[in-house]
Amino acid sequence: MLRYVTGRLLSAIPTLFLIITISFFLIRVAPGGPFDLERPLEAKVMENLNKIYNLDKSLPEQYLLYLKSVLHGDFGPSFFFRDFSINELFAKSLPISMQLGLTALTLALIVGGILGITAALRQNHSVDYSVMAAATLGVTIPNFVVAPCLTLVFGVWLGWLPVGGWEGGKFVNAVLPVITLALPQVAVVARLTRGSMIEALRSNHVRTARAYGLSGYTIIVVHALRGAILPVVSYLGPAAAALLTGSVVIETIFGIPGIGRYFVQGALNRDYTLVMGTVVVVACFVIIFNIIVDLVYALLDPRVRFD
Amino acid sequence: MTKLNENTVLEISGLKVDFATNTGTVNAVKGVNIHVDKGETVAIVGESGSGKSQTMMAAMGLLASNGITTGHVRYKGSDILGLPPRKINKIRGAKITMIFQEPMTSLDPLYTIERQLCEPMVQHGNYTWATAKKRAVELLDLVGIPEPARKVKAFPYEMSGGQRQRVMIAMALANDPDILIADEPTTALDVTTQAQILELMAELQQRLGMAVVFITHDLGIVERISDRVYVMKEGEVVEEGQTKEIFEKPNHSYTRMLLDAEPTGRKDDVPADNPVVLSGDKVRVEFETEGGFMKPNHVLRAVNDISLNVREGQTLGIVGESGSGKSTLGRALLQLLPSEGRVVYCGKDISGAGRKAMRPLRKQMQLIFQDPFGSLSPRMTVGQVITEGLLVHEPHLSAQQRDQRAIEALQEVSMDPAMRNRYPHEFSGGQRQRIAIARTMVLKPKLVVLDEPTSALDRTIQKQVVELLRNLQTEHGLTYLFISHDLAVVRAMSDTVMVMQKGEVVEQGSVSDIFDNPQQDYTKELINAAALKLEEFI
Repeated sequence: MLRYVTGRLLSAIPTLFLIITISFFLIRVAPGGPFDLERPLEAKVMENLNKIYNLDKSLPEQYLLYLKSVLHGDFGPSFFFRDFSINELFAKSLPISMQLGLTALTLALIVGGILGITAALRQNHSVDYSVMAAATLGVTIPNFVVAPCLTLVFGVWLGWLPVGGWEGGKFVNAVLPVITLALPQVAVVARLTRGSMIEALRSNHVRTARAYGLSGYTIIVVHALRGAILPVVSYLGPAAAALLTGSVVIETIFGIPGIGRYFVQGALNRDYTLVMGTVVVVACFVIIFNIIVDLVYALLDPRVRFD
Repeated sequence: MTKLNENTVLEISGLKVDFATNTGTVNAVKGVNIHVDKGETVAIVGESGSGKSQTMMAAMGLLASNGITTGHVRYKGSDILGLPPRKINKIRGAKITMIFQEPMTSLDPLYTIERQLCEPMVQHGNYTWATAKKRAVELLDLVGIPEPARKVKAFPYEMSGGQRQRVMIAMALANDPDILIADEPTTALDVTTQAQILELMAELQQRLGMAVVFITHDLGIVERISDRVYVMKEGEVVEEGQTKEIFEKPNHSYTRMLLDAEPTGRKDDVPADNPVVLSGDKVRVEFETEGGFMKPNHVLRAVNDISLNVREGQTLGIVGESGSGKSTLGRALLQLLPSEGRVVYCGKDISGAGRKAMRPLRKQMQLIFQDPFGSLSPRMTVGQVITEGLLVHEPHLSAQQRDQRAIEALQEVSMDPAMRNRYPHEFSGGQRQRIAIARTMVLKPKLVVLDEPTSALDRTIQKQVVELLRNLQTEHGLTYLFISHDLAVVRAMSDTVMVMQKGEVVEQGSVSDIFDNPQQDYTKELINAAALKLEEFI
């Protein structure tokens, strides 16, 4: 198990290296630079800035310098947020996004799971139809519509929750963003769970469990759900990576200082180091969650361990 | 009707089962009366679709959600039909237990045997987990699983089909039931395994004294083990009585037809100078299994240096039990598995040919599988299933042309072409196998590897499929590799026979040599095990 994880982590190194290399050169291909303003800077100033940020060096040189600092765990200074390094920016914003994402993910798994199971048990009854209709809505309505609606109802009309802001991560501030973030995930998880539960409930070994008078709980949770949850697990891997690295829409609407907005800001401002930083962070999350998914898989399904 | 007495443990009366489907109500069981006395073995015989399984499933409250049951099911006098789960669960798995046809899937793949054996014991309050675990080992020993203390920790996938069925039997016995319902328990097993399981069940019944309800399509089994028989057809009991009487003088024409369903006839010889279609020289397939930490890798030789020759229009029957390597050999010959040795197809050396090189030949070399339920995509119409291969091999055809080909193919396998717009799940096993054959025939192949194509089918259907396959062969000059564990079918189909055991050829020769004059002990054993259930009433 440890050997497996180490192996997977080691094999992630070349992947990361490739990702860094490709995105480093790709962002440089984009026209414009970090210091191109509406009114061009004086040549002397520009020269100085370029010198400070190593932009006067050749591209391969810059690449090697960047690699070197990344290897030391330093993502470099931000080009746009002048007094901050990328590490400082991420240290403040990433935990916020992760907190939001993780809560939303847990919520999605629990609520979506329960809804999916309920729908499967009541297949083709009204409960099933309403859950699935709601799930379809949840997937199709974009979060930039859901968020203002929720704000309007709970923030403005009812006045129960703040319409935005973070205030150091108070519970009330997190409620609406978490719900907005979780809703589409709830919907997807519910649909996936329903589908695989229906299949599992029809399987022969569940028939055996019924024929042997096992309790409803044992049949549903122990024998049907454990196998049925597998597709959900494989969906949740990449979904978790996406959720935990923030959402630009939600962070903007609710005014949350998470990492999500840096994706857009970095790209628009040609903040090279910031873009690279976000890319590396997302890549790491994807890699880690894929490993976690495989481990959970092996945990749930004994056959996987030997294949 | 036979008289009921106080010995009756299970009495089913006026049982009806209806299924609500999109196309209307299907009356699967139409008022059936069956009773089971203490300690006796009752067989319910019929072909698939006769409602024999549904009768017992309905009695146990195990129908699919669209099934509606009416009538009475009395266990020791009290009606158990339609009881809420909590109440019927006191009987299911404790007083009345079941084993099923599908040993491979009837156990939960995610839990150990121990856990699954213990669950019903603990559930019914007869054992604690600790005592149940001890009992689980005893039960495995009772059903003849070697090293029970170790095997109890195994997962189902680590066991063979026969062993899994033994585990199911162990599970069925765990709570000392009054009635054991066995739904085609040996159908999915090898002949020798089949014989062993039947023997085991008979022995256990004598020792433990429970009543057994044996649902089967196999009259050989019925004659061997049952006291009384119910013959079912289309949801009704058409004949019932003592086993002996029914076998001696069957009254109903349907019973007579069942008794007469042995695949018969022999294949006509083909000219000995027909060109060789497929030849293999020292074909060998090895699988490497990972040994794990500190254990060396283990090499399993599934097929060991087998040579063969099949001429155009011939059928080579490959006989053996599961695990003998017969399917692996078939796949290796078609280059679906990496193998060593030389394989020549129509004069062309195809050993080790890659996907790309094989693609143009694939059209001519087709494969038909055993499982008519799993091998047809449930999400495609029959027409789509049949013509899918044409999309790859004859991409120039228009949709209409493909449709026309589907019609022709269905006609060729004697099915109504109008059925091509329906989905596989609407068909019976025999019809599905016909669809699978149509899917093959539509490509106009030269060589067809038939991997147990009739094993999952009823005898009467088997007979029809065998005849269909023989006719198609004569008509199109097809060459068959016929892989089967069923000797009766092999005898009816083949020119030459090859008996395999553990990856090796035990014996090889013409049909008459092998069947009339077997030389090797293993071949004799196979023929005997098969004869137990076949020869007696021919």
